[in-house]
This record gives sequence, C-alpha cells and structure tokens, in this order.
Amino acid sequence: MTVTGERTATAGRLGHSAARPDGVPKVSGQFAFSSDLSADGMVWGHVLRSPHPHARIRSIDIGPALAIPGVHTVLTADDVLGDNSFGLEHADQPVLAHDVVRFTGEAVAALAADHPDTARRAAQAIVVDYEPLEPLIDAEEAITAPPIHPAGNIFRQLVIRQGDTSAEGEVVVEATYEVGMQDQAFMGPESGLAIPDDDGGVDLHMSTQWLHVDRDQVAACLGLPTEKVRLTLAGVGGAFGAREDVSMQVHICLLALHTRRPVKMVFTREESFLGHVHRHPARMHYRHHATRDGRLVKVEARIVLDGGAYASTSGPVLVNACCFAAGPYVVPNALIEGWAVRTNNPPCGAMRGFGAVQACFAHESQMDLLAAELGMDPVELRLRNVMKSGDRIPTGQVVSGAAPVEELIRTCAAVPLPPLDPSPAVMSMPGGSGRTADPARVRRGVGFAVGFKNLMYSAGFDDYSTARVRLEDGVATVTCAAAEVGQGFVTLAQQIVREVLAVDEVVVAPAETVTIGSAGSTSASRQTWMSGGAVERAALAVRARVDAGEAGPIEETYEHHHPPTFPLDENGQGVAHVSYVFAAHRAVVDVDLDLGLVRVVEIATSQDVGRVLNPLQVTGQIEGGIAQGVGLAVMEEIVLDRGLVRNASFTDYLIPTALDMPDVTIAALVEEPEPGAPFGAKGVGEPPTISSSAAVAAAVRDATGLALPRIPIRPQDIALA
Amino acid sequence: MVEVNAGRRRPSSVVSLTRVPELAGWHREGDEIVLGACLTYADMERGELAALVPALAQAARTIGSPQIRAVATLGGNIGTASPAGDTLPVLAALDAVVEVAGRAGGRRVPLLELITGVKKTSLAPGELVTAVRVPVLRGGQEFLKVGTRNAMVISVVMVAVVVDLDGQSVRAGLGSVAPVPVRAREAERYAGEHTDWSRGRLAGPAVARRFGELCAESTAAIDDHRSTADYRRRAVAVCAARALARALPPLEA
Amino acid sequence: MTETVTYELMVNGERRVVEGSWLGESLLFALRERLGLPGSKNACEQGECGSCSVRLDDRLVCACLVLAADAQGRSVTTVEGLTGADGDALTDVQRAFLDEGGVQCGFCTPGLVMSVHDLLDRNPTPDDLELREAISGNLCRCTGYGRILAAARTVVARRGEASLHESEGPA
Ligand SMILES: Cc1cc2nc3c(=O)[nH]c(=O)nc-3n(C[C@H](O)[C@H](O)[C@H](O)COP(=O)(O)OP(=O)(O)OC[C@H]3O[C@@H](n4cnc5c(N)ncnc54)[C@H](O)[C@@H]3O)c2cc1C
Ligand code: FES
Ligand code: FES
Repeated sequence: MTVTGERTATAGRLGHSAARPDGVPKVSGQFAFSSDLSADGMVWGHVLRSPHPHARIRSIDIGPALAIPGVHTVLTADDVLGDNSFGLEHADQPVLAHDVVRFTGEAVAALAADHPDTARRAAQAIVVDYEPLEPLIDAEEAITAPPIHPAGNIFRQLVIRQGDTSAEGEVVVEATYEVGMQDQAFMGPESGLAIPDDDGGVDLHMSTQWLHVDRDQVAACLGLPTEKVRLTLAGVGGAFGAREDVSMQVHICLLALHTRRPVKMVFTREESFLGHVHRHPARMHYRHHATRDGRLVKVEARIVLDGGAYASTSGPVLVNACCFAAGPYVVPNALIEGWAVRTNNPPCGAMRGFGAVQACFAHESQMDLLAAELGMDPVELRLRNVMKSGDRIPTGQVVSGAAPVEELIRTCAAVPLPPLDPSPAVMSMPGGSGRTADPARVRRGVGFAVGFKNLMYSAGFDDYSTARVRLEDGVATVTCAAAEVGQGFVTLAQQIVREVLAVDEVVVAPAETVTIGSAGSTSASRQTWMSGGAVERAALAVRARVDAGEAGPIEETYEHHHPPTFPLDENGQGVAHVSYVFAAHRAVVDVDLDLGLVRVVEIATSQDVGRVLNPLQVTGQIEGGIAQGVGLAVMEEIVLDRGLVRNASFTDYLIPTALDMPDVTIAALVEEPEPGAPFGAKGVGEPPTISSSAAVAAAVRDATGLALPRIPIRPQDIALA
Repeated sequence: MVEVNAGRRRPSSVVSLTRVPELAGWHREGDEIVLGACLTYADMERGELAALVPALAQAARTIGSPQIRAVATLGGNIGTASPAGDTLPVLAALDAVVEVAGRAGGRRVPLLELITGVKKTSLAPGELVTAVRVPVLRGGQEFLKVGTRNAMVISVVMVAVVVDLDGQSVRAGLGSVAPVPVRAREAERYAGEHTDWSRGRLAGPAVARRFGELCAESTAAIDDHRSTADYRRRAVAVCAARALARALPPLEA
Repeated sequence: MTETVTYELMVNGERRVVEGSWLGESLLFALRERLGLPGSKNACEQGECGSCSVRLDDRLVCACLVLAADAQGRSVTTVEGLTGADGDALTDVQRAFLDEGGVQCGFCTPGLVMSVHDLLDRNPTPDDLELREAISGNLCRCTGYGRILAAARTVVARRGEASLHESEGPA
C-alpha cells in the first residue's frame, strides 16, 4: 500500500509526473501574473490605510490629494456604490472605513493616479483627523470587553462534549500553549486590473482563490447584479489562504467605475502584510487524562483564537481547531471549549491547515508531556492510542474512510536518523554564516508529531464544483473556475481528461465567472476531490456519448457536490465533515544551547494520500508545506505592539531561505484509496503544514529539556530560560 | 533605493559613485590597507583581502544575499550608519580611520567619531566617504553575528574581536546593542591583562567567559521587534567569549 | 510625476530608450512597466526576495535596487534574454526546473533561474552548501526549495555528462 517509486503510468496520465501546462511560460518569464497586466489608458490605484489600531474618524479632507496633478479620483466611504461591507462569512468589514477604524491597515480611502508614485504622494496628502481609541488587543479580554463592533466581539463560541466529561485519568498532564500570528507570505503581491465596461459593469482580472465568491462580494459592494461583474483569474503567485478574502477587489472596481478607466493596483509588500488575513494566534489550555499504561481517558481543552478586527473565516477556523483538538487518537471522553473573538489586531482567516495547525501543536505537545510523565516512548504512546478507520472524533462522527495513522507513524519513525557530522561546516551549524556556533554547545534533538484535518468544507456548507469538458476534433477543452495558485490543478485536470478520454491534447481554458459556475475555493485541500471530480464526471459523460457512437463536438458540464454535512449541535456533536487526511512528521534539529539558535537538520514524513496522481506535484506540496511548518516553528511571526504591526516586510518577517530549509525524507506516501473520492485520492496540500511545526518544537524540547509552550520558538525562549 | 521604492525618499538628483574608479578596489600602504568606499561586500568576502582582514570578510559574508553583496558597498554601510551595519563593529575594533572628501577638501576621522547616532554621521552636506584605512595585524580575528535566520537577516547582535599580537592587545567591537558601534574597552583591558602574550594564549577558559560578561556590560541594548535587551546582552556575552577563545585559544585551566 | 528623464539602456542585447520616466524609478520598474519585460518579478522591491534578479554586466543584482538611470551604458540580461543551446528556446537550467518540479506558482522562478545560471557560470560544480548559499537570496514560498535544488543538481550532472562525452570524443 506504500509507494516507494513511481509505478508504471502512461505519460501525461494519472499517476505520472505530467508536465505543467504553465511550466514553460513560468520558467521563461512569459506567464502573466496579475501584477504583469496592463491596459490602454490605465491608471494606478492606491489605498490609504489606517495607522491606528482603533480610532474614530473625525474628518477626511481629500482636497490636497485631488489638487495633485495626475490624480484622477479619490474615494471615501460615501463613494461606495453598493453595500459598504464585505466578508466571507459575515459582511462586517467596511470597504472604506466610515466612522471607526478597527485595525492598523484598514482601508480609509482609495484613489487613482497616472503613476504609482503620484498615487503614493496623493495618499500621503489626504488629511484624516483621527481620534485614537484604546485598542482591544487581548483575545481573552475580548470575550467580556465592551463590543468594538456593532456585531459584538464573539465571532463563534463552541463546546464539544463527548462521553463522560467528568471522567478522570490516573495520570493528568496540563499546560497552556500559544501560537503566534503567521503570515501566508506568498511571493506574488496582491494585484489586479479592473476595466469598466460600456454596460456599467466591470471586468476584473484578479489573482484570487475563489472567483465566484469574490464576484458576489464585489457586485454587492458595487450595487450591481452579479452578471455585471465578470471575473477572470489572473496569474496567481501563491495563495495559502490569504487570497480567499477580498483585498483590493472592490477598491479597484470602484475606482474603475468612477474614473471610467482601467485601474491597476499592486500592493507593496508592506501593504500585502497589512492587507490580507493571517493565521489566527491561539492560546490553548489543555488537560490530558490517561491510564497508567498510557491509554487516553479524556482530553479537556480551552481554545481561544484571536480573530482580529473582522470575521473573515474565524468561525470555521474555530470549528476545525475544536474538532481536531484531540489529535488522531481514540479519545473516549472530551470537553473542548472554543472562542474566536474580535480584537483590534489584524484580521485573521484562512491559512494552510486552517485551525488544525494550532490545535496540533497543543495536542502533540501534550502527548509528549504525557509520555514523559508515564516514562514511555512518545512514538509508543501515540501508537497505543492511534485512531483507525471506524473510530470516532470528539464530535461523535465516525471516521469511515481511510485512516492509516498507524502506518504513517511506523514508517516515519523507522527512517534512519541522519548521522552526526563529526566536523560540521560552520554553515551547517545553528547560526550559519554568522559563525556563532560552538560545536561543544550544540545539542541534537529529535521530535515526532502526527496531525489530521478535514478535506473540503464542513458543517453544512453546500460545497461543490462545476466543470465542463468539450471534445472536438480530438482536442479536449476543460473549463472550470478552480483557481490555479501554483498547486497544479491545471496539470491534474489535463491528466484526468487524458485518462478518461484517451486523448493527448487537453486545453485548460482560463478560469472565469461568465461561462461556468463556481468551483468553490482553492482551499481546504479540496480541489483535487471537488474540481478533479467534476472534471472526471464531465469527461465520463463525454465518453459515454463517444462510446454511443456520437460524432462531432461533444460538450458536458457537471456540478459535483460532496455528501452533505451538518452543523454541530449544542454539544458539538454531529456529522460535520466529509473526509480526513493524516500525516506524521519527525524532526531532527541542532540547537545552540547558549544562543538559542536552531538549525533544522531533517524532516522525515509519511502522508496519507489516498492515491498519488502526480508524484512530482505531491513531493512539491509536501516539501513546500513543511517549509511553512518549519518557519512557524522557529522564525515566522507577525510582531504586534499594541495593535501595530512591527514587521510588515521581508526584512523582518522572516521565512525560511534555502539555507534554513532542511532536507525532507519522504518515508511513505500511504495509498489507501478513499471511498467516495475521485480516483481514491485525497488532497495533499495541508497535511505537510499541520504537524511539521509541532515536530520541530518537540525536537527543540528534546535538545534543550525546556517546556517551550509557544511557537515560534524565539532564541531568547531557549537562551534565557 | 528601498526608501525611494516605498516613496519615503524622493530624489531630485542622484550621484553615482560606482563609476568613480578611484573609489573602487583596495590597496596596501605599508602596514595599512586602504579600502575604497565603493568596495563591495563580494570584493571583501574572498581572496587576498579576506586573508589580510579576516573579520571584515566574515562580516561581509553575512550581509544580505549574494545579489546584495555584489553591489552594496563599504561606503554605503558607513553612510547608512545603521546600528545593525555589519562591517561597523569590525571597523570599530580595527580603529579604522575614514577618509572624507568634501568641497572644503579632505579630512580623516576615526570611524567611531564619524558615526554619531542611529543613522546619523558627522558628514557635512556634500561630504563623501572616499576610503577607509585599517591596519594589517598579526593575530586572530573573529566576527560573529546572531540573527534568527541563516541568510538575509538583520543582526540581532554582532561581535568583532581582533587580536594584535605585536601590540599585545585585544579589541572588541559590538553592534546592534547601542545606537552606535561600541568598543568594549574594559573587556579589552581585562583580556589583554589575562593573556600569555609570549604564547599567544588566554590564561584560561574562564578569561573568555569573563571577557564576554564585560562585553555585555558595555552595551546599551534595547527591546525591539527583532529581539529583547536581555537576550542581546546574553548573546553578546556568549559570542564575545566564543570569539575570544577562537582568536586566542585558552591554556588549559 | 515630477521632472522626467530620458535615457538609453542595453537590455538583452538591444538598445532601448526609456522616455518620460521619473528619476526615482528602479530598473525593475523600467523593465516591467516601460520596456514591456515583466519577466523579472516584484515581490518586495526591497532587495529581500531575489525575484527581480537580473544580470547587470557580469553581476547578478536585484533590479529593484538599481536606479534605472544608473544602468545606462551597462548590459542588462533578464530572464527574457535567456536562450538555450542548439536552438532550444529554453536553457538547460529552465529545462531542469521543469523536469524536477521546481515550478509551482512560478513567481520566484525567473529570479531563481537567473541565480542558478549565475552560480553555475562561476562555479560549475557547487557542493550542497555553496548551492544553498547561492540561492539564499531568492525566497520561494511554494516549494521549500527541494525541487529547485534538485533542478540545479540535475544541471550540474547533465553538464558534467555532456563535457565527459565531448572529451571522450567520437567513438
Ligand atoms: C535586502 C537588504 C539586506 C541588507 N542586509 C544588510 C545586512 O545584513 N547587514 C548590513 O550591514 N547591511 C545590510 N543592508 C544595508 C546595505 O547593504 C548597506 O547599508 C550597504 O552597504 C549599502 O551600500 P550601497 O553602496 O548600496 O549604498 P547606498 O544604498 O547607495 O547608500 C546608502 C546610504 O549611504 C550613503 N552613502 C553611500 N555611499 C557613501 C559614501 N561613499 N559616502 C558617504 N555616504 C555614502 C548614501 O547617501 C545613503 O544614504 C541590506 C540592504 C538591503 C537592501
Ligand atoms: S523585488 Fe527585488 S528583491 Fe524583491
Ligand atoms: S514557486 Fe511560488 S514562490 Fe516559488
């Protein structure tokens, strides 16, 4: 069931490392990212942002900006043509702030000018009179603090009660964990081009994760029927959750409608950090009860997520954090309480792992703590409690699909440890080219972690994707609005159609909202299943007609829904998820005990994939996802100082470089076909990020003997402990 | 350029120094090396210059990325006068003298007098750094930089230790721990007094530790978004001790 | 815009005139917005990501940190100016990025292709640390660098084989 090498697969079909259709344009610089677009008569959009985390706007004087030659228009809240609010779950965020700003970076005015520099100067010339208000910055306080928004401070509260919540274990371990605010930090900055049309509508070319929902939100804010907003996907330079929410979409469309000109906007890196949602910082208090021989009796958890100023997807992120709070283990009894709250910190929403990452850090830290308390090997403790197909998660839902957790743990733990280099080069010690390491004070540590999460949208969301396949003169064309953000859906779509129709030439049409229905979001590791499934079924329908002897162009459209899910009840019980995906990680680190600098030496991993559809793409997702996990463990954090972002740049928001990223050893891709999944395949994008951070943290604990209850682990957490 | 891209600075004219050949390159004058202001970090990283002033080469290699090191210059590091300027503690430890040219002619200023505060220098408008003079010394040199990433990282702490076997002195320059580069004079004196100069060895391992502590005491570190004052002091103590022990291996206790 | 300037650049072997540009514009802006060469990318405009890496004379630089007007009289090579051997539109480095899965979103790719070329021109057989250091100024958020390092190693191996065949001569 475990693949080690590539099996025989026909070139370009399923199971083969088919070439990306966008590969040649991407290596040669010809691929059009959203920031590369232009149009005749185009002007440059820009947004003025709040420098305050919380303030009342007394007045805005746009006169000085309008007086600058080259400035075409300056818009404030009064110029918003439709609803002045948007949001994925609740429309609670103003397009342009009207009376109050609630986070540093909130949009206050939008303008268009003939040159980006003119636009910047114009923004600086706008005079906003703010009355600073006390910012609410503590998530715990926010639960009871006076509301900072008419909709209140609690985005979502949840309790999961499973079994006997008063059960007690012979052994109890308890601790509080924290996760800092991580940023998706994709490379291609937010950018788009909006072109006004003669019919009063607008064509929007945008890098996004979810075309149709962008369109719906934009249309509402423009006061237009949805069909008058036509969205076409422009080249996306990475996403990881940060492009699920609307960023500049409404602003550039408003500017285009007001100026009657094409408007292009490209965020600077600073604006990008301020202008999209982040991973929720979490504070998690846990109590694990177990028998003396290491069987889990009960898990108690209290999880508080800081959602920042606006709702975004805080609710679903909390649901995930709570559903997966106990980890992929058999837990007979559980009491899990969660809050996602509003503060004056930057808004948080989707990021790879979506709530499961934070919970995994806590539950895996607890498993290690319990193992230490019991004097048991941490891997052995996990195996003793491992979840199997047929077991239940704390919501009472049975894991009916593949759950090869035991095999993941065994294969990952069995990878031989990398040898200790007796005379390491300075570059390969903690501190790297800084030459700080003293080999006598460097300790090696090994840590292990397992994690899981849901595939697809949950808790009653009507999740679907639409695809059309057309066969004409031996060439198949796929139309689907699934956003290609780098993950390789376009490759997969071709592979599927080649497989089903046995054709060589498959064209993937641009993703847009005009000729095809929604494909849902490129998130929740769902596109392989949802849009892959839609493409497969559309292609099968075409094949049926070919097999029936039909000639001429054949076209079929299919809307693929997954089995329905349901919201959790008042005890947090219910069938909220469709399917789960699992991964295990083992981290090996070297730590400079005196300076607290960490070098991650190797990450070994095993992952539950259902079926490998494209080996090279699976490897790429695993390595890339692990890099983000390593980053969260040891360096990545948005640093806040009373609501102000202190490091909105790549100078100070550090992501791993090639000198920081360790070698990745893929121990096993476990192929246990998932019932109901197209081709039996599970999404592979998120699992690499879920437990890799926890594994690195465990390894650093192993090296240092410290508790380290917070990630990212900062040098001072070790050196000053 | 970063400031210009972000709209924080708007040049109406620019002076391109990179085309002035006299400012590029370096040469030796007796016991001194004259480093042109337009010497790039890539030029310092390897080759003969790296052998003559190893601490400068070690510092250069930690700066930015290969792309930055290919063009960014020593003069620029001085002109920027950032507390995190990586060559500055090395230059401070070497007692570097900066050659300045202006309309009124030239002058020579010790580096520590030139840099007056965070991003402030005593350069008058129109004055330029043309060269930097550093001595060629016999003895170990060490530059250590703490950052939270292995490449492209702004220093949290820097320590440069330079040993002058002929002058029988130890000199320490510290960076990112005060508005300007710091010389740890007390620590230097202590190390000088506890070195067996005939053998070129520290009197014992404890000397390096004490030296580190004294270095830490000479800092005025602050908390910021990159680190904390406490950590910076600790890191200075650790790095200075390690640097000294490498430059002057201790005799066994 | 305030005062404008006009200057000439030598880009990918062609003389190109930049007219009506603002003095503060970077080489990256001039390439992307004035000369129709958007292959060099703009992920930070602070020198921190390497996505704008271009060859300026014989050095690899961040185009976002070079004042466009200051590049007059120098030779600029961008990803658009790369061509492979034997009439191949792609270089061996570009081919290897495709073969080894080094491309996901592709935003970092042009810069990394330029960096790997630059490294292998200077050092045809880098060891692992030299390779990692050479691309440490190029951030990639999608790949974790694994496939990119694999691509670079593949180029080294293929070039090694090719020169071996050459030195062996016809059998
Ligand atoms: C991405 C990035 C990473 C960096 N990382 C580091 C790092 O790790 N460590 C570090 O120390 N620095 C770092 N820097 C800062 C930078 O490299 C140095 O300040 C550099 O030496 C600047 O050199 P330059 O020639 O480019 O100077 P410029 O950028 O051209 O000039 C910088 C300043 O110095 C002035 N100046 C330049 N030359 C002279 C002169 N001859 N006389 C007087 N004033 C002059 C200029 O007027 C200007 O104010 C980094 C910069 C970037 C963009
Ligand atoms: S855009 Fe030039 S280095 Fe990032
Ligand atoms: S492939 Fe997306 S940033 Fe490198």
